[in-house]
Amino acid sequence: MMEPTRDSRVLVVGAGQAAGELAGALRAGGHEGHVTLVGSEPHFPYTRPPLSKAYLRGEVAIAELYLRPADFYRDHDITVHRGVAVEWVDLHGRRAGCDDGSVLDWDRIVFATGGRPRRVADPGLESAGNVHYVRTIEDVERLRRTTIAGSRFAVVGGGYVGLEVAAVLRRLDARVTVIEAADRLLARVTSPVVSEFFLRVHTQEGVDVRLSAQVELFQVEDGNVSTVVLGDGSRIPVDQVLIGIGMVPNDEVAARAGLDVDNGIVVDEFCRTGTAGVYAIGDVARHPDPLNGGLRRLESMPNAAAQARLVAEDILGRGRPYNDLPWFWSDQYDVKLQAAGSSAGYDTVAVRGDAMSGRRFSVFYLRDGVVRAVDAICSPADFAAGKALIASSAVVPLSDLQDPSVPLRRRRSFTSEAS
Amino acid sequence: MARVIYVQPDGSSTTCAADGRSLMKVAVENLVPGIIGECGGDLSCATCHVFVDEAWFGKLKPRSDDEESLLDVTSEEPTETSRLSCQVTLTDDLDGIVVHVPSTQR
Repeated sequence: MMEPTRDSRVLVVGAGQAAGELAGALRAGGHEGHVTLVGSEPHFPYTRPPLSKAYLRGEVAIAELYLRPADFYRDHDITVHRGVAVEWVDLHGRRAGCDDGSVLDWDRIVFATGGRPRRVADPGLESAGNVHYVRTIEDVERLRRTTIAGSRFAVVGGGYVGLEVAAVLRRLDARVTVIEAADRLLARVTSPVVSEFFLRVHTQEGVDVRLSAQVELFQVEDGNVSTVVLGDGSRIPVDQVLIGIGMVPNDEVAARAGLDVDNGIVVDEFCRTGTAGVYAIGDVARHPDPLNGGLRRLESMPNAAAQARLVAEDILGRGRPYNDLPWFWSDQYDVKLQAAGSSAGYDTVAVRGDAMSGRRFSVFYLRDGVVRAVDAICSPADFAAGKALIASSAVVPLSDLQDPSVPLRRRRSFTSEAS
Repeated sequence: MARVIYVQPDGSSTTCAADGRSLMKVAVENLVPGIIGECGGDLSCATCHVFVDEAWFGKLKPRSDDEESLLDVTSEEPTETSRLSCQVTLTDDLDGIVVHVPSTQR
């Protein structure tokens, strides 16, 4: 543990959401030393969740993605090196070298390097002109420059990114095939009942969903993928291909510096690495899981923002262990999913409402009678109640959870109707 | 441009000028303490709770059902003039609006 100082020089490797939140939280907390962000993207820190949603639909301007306007960084003496990548970090000499040749000195360094899309290991695909990923503003702008209406899109991967993009593409009148290797959608992140629901919704919306489907070959003609050939021999002619098969943490610079790296940069409950004054936050941070034990990495914006605030406080000498409840949301068509908690190891599922028809219900996950997680579909009240139940480790009768007419929480008295 | 005045629990206040943006966004851009806005205005987190000054509350558009649901899980107990600041857009007719920041958001 280093002595906290208000005038230490803080270098943030990365300039995404976590980095931007950290810089703001440091200044808000009274930090007086240099704060420098170095990010390879040409942007000030911006928020990524709208990229696969409203930004792709063309409904929000780029300015609304930015966490704060450019003036903010100038006014608060925060240096943002855009379009610059940190190439090496010397943990003992407390210096970092960038790909523009500059060398930066630091007293505290925070790795907020995020991740990059996992790529398909296919050399032919790398050079194909009609293959897309969704991680950055530029990725989405490139996608939006294509002709979407009437075009045939293959979306490889039935996770959140793939499904959100598929939903937008359908709204923009594309013809969409989703290719998922597992036997259900969202297999890595949710339960079969929610997977079934999203399969029904996407099918109703006109998406051709292929489950248990392996891509055998991307057939390239004239520099573009023309056909996706599946393992069962079926051939899907395409105009564009979107790959959404997960994220790889950008932990290489940290690994070369000698930090402990294992599918992300390993940190403790304060987001500290094993080296004093060195932190990792956000998508790249592999941190202790207070709910299930072991280590986990969360790829979510609320986690990035919360860890950023936590580390700012730690640098200012007010650190606390990270135990925020993980939560997440997704928008697809008119469906808003809000999820909280950790459903790992659940032994009982309580479905509240009708999951088989319509688009409004909730699923509670219990272990030993205690509510551990909730997936709320167009049910913000259940999401709100679920978060409170999880936080208090509540034991709720299964029949109450399953009956939408039984209120899950005492209604507070802020509205006149309830008083 | 319209002004908004954020009053902290200790009575100190911050006056910001902006237009067309939500009271949450304006607070975040100006480092106003106590307003987090964790979900960015997506009606998912209830960390931008404010108590609107009674003289101003009636000038606001009513809350949506979703906003009321989330006010049910704010960290500090809501009152009749509670709002999520991401749902209030700063327009000229609200010039001078006063909102009180709760002592806790999470």
